[in-house]
Amino acid sequence: MEGGTEALKAKALVLRGAGLNCNDETEHALQLAGANTQQAHINELIRGRIKLADCQIAVIPGGFSYGDDLGAGRILALQIKQALKREFQEFVDEGRILAGICNGFQVLVKTGFLPGNCTATLTDNNSGHFEDRWIHIKAAGRGIFTKGIEKIYLPVNHGEGRFIAEEETLRKLNKNSQIAFRYCDRDGNESPEYPHNPNGSMQNIAAVTNEKGNVFGMMPHPEKIVSKYQHPRWTREELPEEGQGLKIYRNMVEHAEERLV
Amino acid sequence: MPRIEVYPREMHSAERLGQALLEDLGIKAGKIKTGTAYTIKGISVELAGEIAANVLADQLVQEYRHGRARHPASWVLEISYKKGVQEPAELSAAKALRQLGIAGEAGVKISAVTAIEGINAEQAKRIAAYLSNSIIQDCRIGYEKLDEEEETSHENAAHRAETVQITTLKDEYLLKLSKEGLLSLNLEEMKAIQKHFGHLGREPTDVEIETIAQTWSEHCKHKTFNSEIEFDNDGRQETIENLFKETIVAATGKTAKPWLISVFKDNAGIIKFDEAHNVAFKVETHNHPSALDPYGGANTGLGGVIRDVLGAGMGAKPILNTDIFCFASPDFKDELPERILHPKRIMRGVVAGVRDYGNRMGIPTVNGAIVFHKDYLGAPLVFCGTAGIMPSGLPGKKAMPGDLIVVMGGRTGRDGIHGATFSSAILDESSSSSAVQIGNAIEEKKMLDALLIARDKGLYNSITDCGAGGFSSAIGEMAAETGARVELDRARLKYEGLRPWEIWLSESQERMIVAVPPEKIREFLEICATEDTEATAIGEFTTTGQLEIYHNGQKVAGLGMEFLHKGIPMSKRKAVWKKPKLSEPLIKEEENYGETLKRLLSHPTIASKEWVIRQYDHEVQAGTVIKPLVGAENDGPGDAAVIKPLLNSHKGVVVANGINPLYSQIDPYWMAASAIDEAARNLVATGGNTEHTALLDNFCWGSVSDEAKLGPLVRAAQACHDISVLFQMPFISGKDSLHNEFSSKGKTISVPDTLLISAISVIEDIRKCITMDLKKVGNRIYVVGMTYDELGGSHYYELHGETGKNVPTVRATAADTFKKLHDAISHGLVKSCHDCSEGGIAVALAEMAFSGDLGIKADLGKVQYEGTLRNDKILFSQSNTRFMAEIEREAEEGFLIAMDGIPLAAIGETTAEKRLVIHGLNQKETVNESIYDLKKTWKEGLKP
Repeated sequence: MEGGTEALKAKALVLRGAGLNCNDETEHALQLAGANTQQAHINELIRGRIKLADCQIAVIPGGFSYGDDLGAGRILALQIKQALKREFQEFVDEGRILAGICNGFQVLVKTGFLPGNCTATLTDNNSGHFEDRWIHIKAAGRGIFTKGIEKIYLPVNHGEGRFIAEEETLRKLNKNSQIAFRYCDRDGNESPEYPHNPNGSMQNIAAVTNEKGNVFGMMPHPEKIVSKYQHPRWTREELPEEGQGLKIYRNMVEHAEERLV
Repeated sequence: MPRIEVYPREMHSAERLGQALLEDLGIKAGKIKTGTAYTIKGISVELAGEIAANVLADQLVQEYRHGRARHPASWVLEISYKKGVQEPAELSAAKALRQLGIAGEAGVKISAVTAIEGINAEQAKRIAAYLSNSIIQDCRIGYEKLDEEEETSHENAAHRAETVQITTLKDEYLLKLSKEGLLSLNLEEMKAIQKHFGHLGREPTDVEIETIAQTWSEHCKHKTFNSEIEFDNDGRQETIENLFKETIVAATGKTAKPWLISVFKDNAGIIKFDEAHNVAFKVETHNHPSALDPYGGANTGLGGVIRDVLGAGMGAKPILNTDIFCFASPDFKDELPERILHPKRIMRGVVAGVRDYGNRMGIPTVNGAIVFHKDYLGAPLVFCGTAGIMPSGLPGKKAMPGDLIVVMGGRTGRDGIHGATFSSAILDESSSSSAVQIGNAIEEKKMLDALLIARDKGLYNSITDCGAGGFSSAIGEMAAETGARVELDRARLKYEGLRPWEIWLSESQERMIVAVPPEKIREFLEICATEDTEATAIGEFTTTGQLEIYHNGQKVAGLGMEFLHKGIPMSKRKAVWKKPKLSEPLIKEEENYGETLKRLLSHPTIASKEWVIRQYDHEVQAGTVIKPLVGAENDGPGDAAVIKPLLNSHKGVVVANGINPLYSQIDPYWMAASAIDEAARNLVATGGNTEHTALLDNFCWGSVSDEAKLGPLVRAAQACHDISVLFQMPFISGKDSLHNEFSSKGKTISVPDTLLISAISVIEDIRKCITMDLKKVGNRIYVVGMTYDELGGSHYYELHGETGKNVPTVRATAADTFKKLHDAISHGLVKSCHDCSEGGIAVALAEMAFSGDLGIKADLGKVQYEGTLRNDKILFSQSNTRFMAEIEREAEEGFLIAMDGIPLAAIGETTAEKRLVIHGLNQKETVNESIYDLKKTWKEGLKP
């Protein structure tokens, strides 16, 4: 029986390399959510030693791929487009889950797997520099990633997280329920004010999906709040043991497992 | 060559620049445009256009154009890095081109273009000097449009080692050779070299002279700390045979802690974490480079200490960074000495340097401090620290004969030559130099990833970082007990034209040396290839006891390891400390101290550092369980940070620091003792375990060739010994930087004698930690520890322009206080706890109140105090070993039992009314302020 459940466990791959740096905690969150996990360097995918097709979930974690030179995510996106386009395209077309957190989100926008290609982008924060702070986001769309989530309190740690898009793109994102999370204040009211909206994103957008809903990108870091002790105020507030961010990873794993059955 | 210029469509950064020009230079500029220019070698204009559209410009927010834009009615500034200074973005751009299949000669040169309207030629020059750093960058200026740059040909210097005539030189010429060659060796040392080569019957090569100078430098050899000293201690004569061994090392021996794994001998100190892991910790200074190039200096300072930890034992994974800076006042208004950058510019540059390197490395920066004092004007201090975790039970590091000498990471260039000897000299107007390096965090990150994999597969026998002295220091030390044969021409270079000694001494960043057995080299190189980091074998370890260096077949050095490492003549030194004649000031007593409290809270040393801290990633790795900012609004000043390095364990490390240079002018002994007490207080207040706490020392002094400067150093080191033994907290590593002076026009500014103490504690359960913010209405506020009339060197006296005489001391009861308070905290008896330091009880209470969003009502008459009865003394005394603790009434009895025998008193309680109300000795209110006003003052004290 045990072997049976093992077989139904979703396999998740966390991408590594070239300055990505949140791979360990992202893998840990996926493990807590019940996935079988593996980290793979981009070169291992390019050389075919590890295959994307063997997994149901792939996450590009946060970090500074290529030092954000030429713009965050740009060079890693180029590398994926040049060397792994087909593998990623098939993976997405089959409805598997591709998620990018922070730098991963920037990469996915710049590859075009999420709205990008001159229609949307992530660019410099209004403040002009990197900022680390805790913010609230509220679930906006219906979909795999937001299931059962109302609001999450979690950190942003980035310098280029301002989501901007053309009007037409914004309209489509809204119409197709592609906006997954928006920045809000502590009472859940959507707010464009700094620091509730920490970077100046249009329409307070913190996370989006592709049209089909299986590619997901978000700037804040849900893997940084999977336990109560990661919360900035656990020494003064009553909090549940599990951190609110874990639910997003649970949603990914549950969805992948449902598809396995 | 095709040139592409990319301009943002929005002008946020230009607006910010306009504001900075106005604030910092008083220039009100008109419209500003900023952009980036890419000059791409070896491709067609069409292809360049394609690259611009697809790679260089994010067209939703940026636009690009071919060639040089004309900027009507504007002065145009174009800043690019000098030849030989490798900019990380240029490497990344080249990588992007390779990705697109554009291989071969294609290289990218990046420059920053700024076009400014409404200024004149003179202002343009001033702005150019402000925006660029002439040591590493070129700034070209022109009106409306710059001319095309002429391509300068590559300098192809001599490729051979030269012989240096030394054996027949007279003393004055030996000294001249030392000074002009930036060797920083004294006459006695030069004569020892002369004698050695006299015996050998030949002249040394430049490689040999440089190797000896580097190995014997203060930076590498710690000559002062290891020398014999005749010490006149305020009239009492003492002989010290070896300052380091008799103070710091001796104390560690006396504590005999079973959890010490490696102390003083490796790149970092190592202590036990749990049954399967050890923790390494190291703090380094990078002062001289940061004075000349704040951004690059801080960048590489942090990069260097990270490599120290990566090279400790068989390699540790960095888990946290700490950063402490000392600057002159950011409001400095007088004329700056030549070549000195404005303190505000240094501060911004250093903060940005630490931010960009630490964040890119994926290491949380969790603890720090910034101290301001006018005498840091010429020589700012930049301390960068890193802790790392590694598996225990790995074999000890030892390079074996036959092992290959492998260089991995970045390439070798002419950057940072002479850093080791340079840091042992005094800065002056002419300090230039090659001594500045540029950091590339991603290069280091890739190297780190590769090394940890290779470590876990057991692919090398030893490892060390290339820091000061480059290959010379790293290989020289690793091969000290074997011997080494090196072929310099096998090292990968950034560009051609380096002389052999330059390759050998280069301090190019992001390089490590590993000793790889030949049978494992293939697998090692494969890992490096996968991780995108270069690795090259440049020689092997031998059994000869000789350092043999070749370059293109020419033998350029043959030095005996014995002479190299043990041939340095150790001179006897004299040191004097005379107790200064000081007195306590007469300060008029006031009725109300609310205003004074606000002035203290807005003192830049005490004021909120939030704008700095927020630029650092303190969440990455997801283990920061007590963050640098705490409290109801996540903005209170936490005492120490707590990291949970293993995702599946509740064990943790607590890190804190102590620094108080103001006390040095009264007595360096109590300055040092107070720094240790402060570091320990910060730890204990948060939940640190004093039984498992290790310390690092970082001494930053003026020039200790002056016996009156060496005396205070001896006294401070003696205090380190005494307090370390008293607290049973061993030192595990440290560093000294003993030439922090700047001379200009015959005037010398020396830094205050500064000792930074960094402390790390291993705790069983992070869930028992607490923070400093008040938690609940109606709880009792206790002062733990005795308050004395000890305001000498306090911030209160400083406000009045006074120094005073009564410097805080550390008493024998301190260790017991720490232990008992730690027990009380770990039994859950304390709701919040804050260390009492700069600004005394008043500042500590204010910080606890506004961080917890609650008020306090307190009575000074209840404080356990010894001394002249005055409100200001009790409010602002900086006596050591004191804490503020918030205790629930139900826990009071338990707390009092736990703290039995320790002087303490309940002085008040927390209130729902959001005010800090303190009654003085005459029962009258002496402070009554809104916590919001206090917080606002505190938050606005230090502006970016």
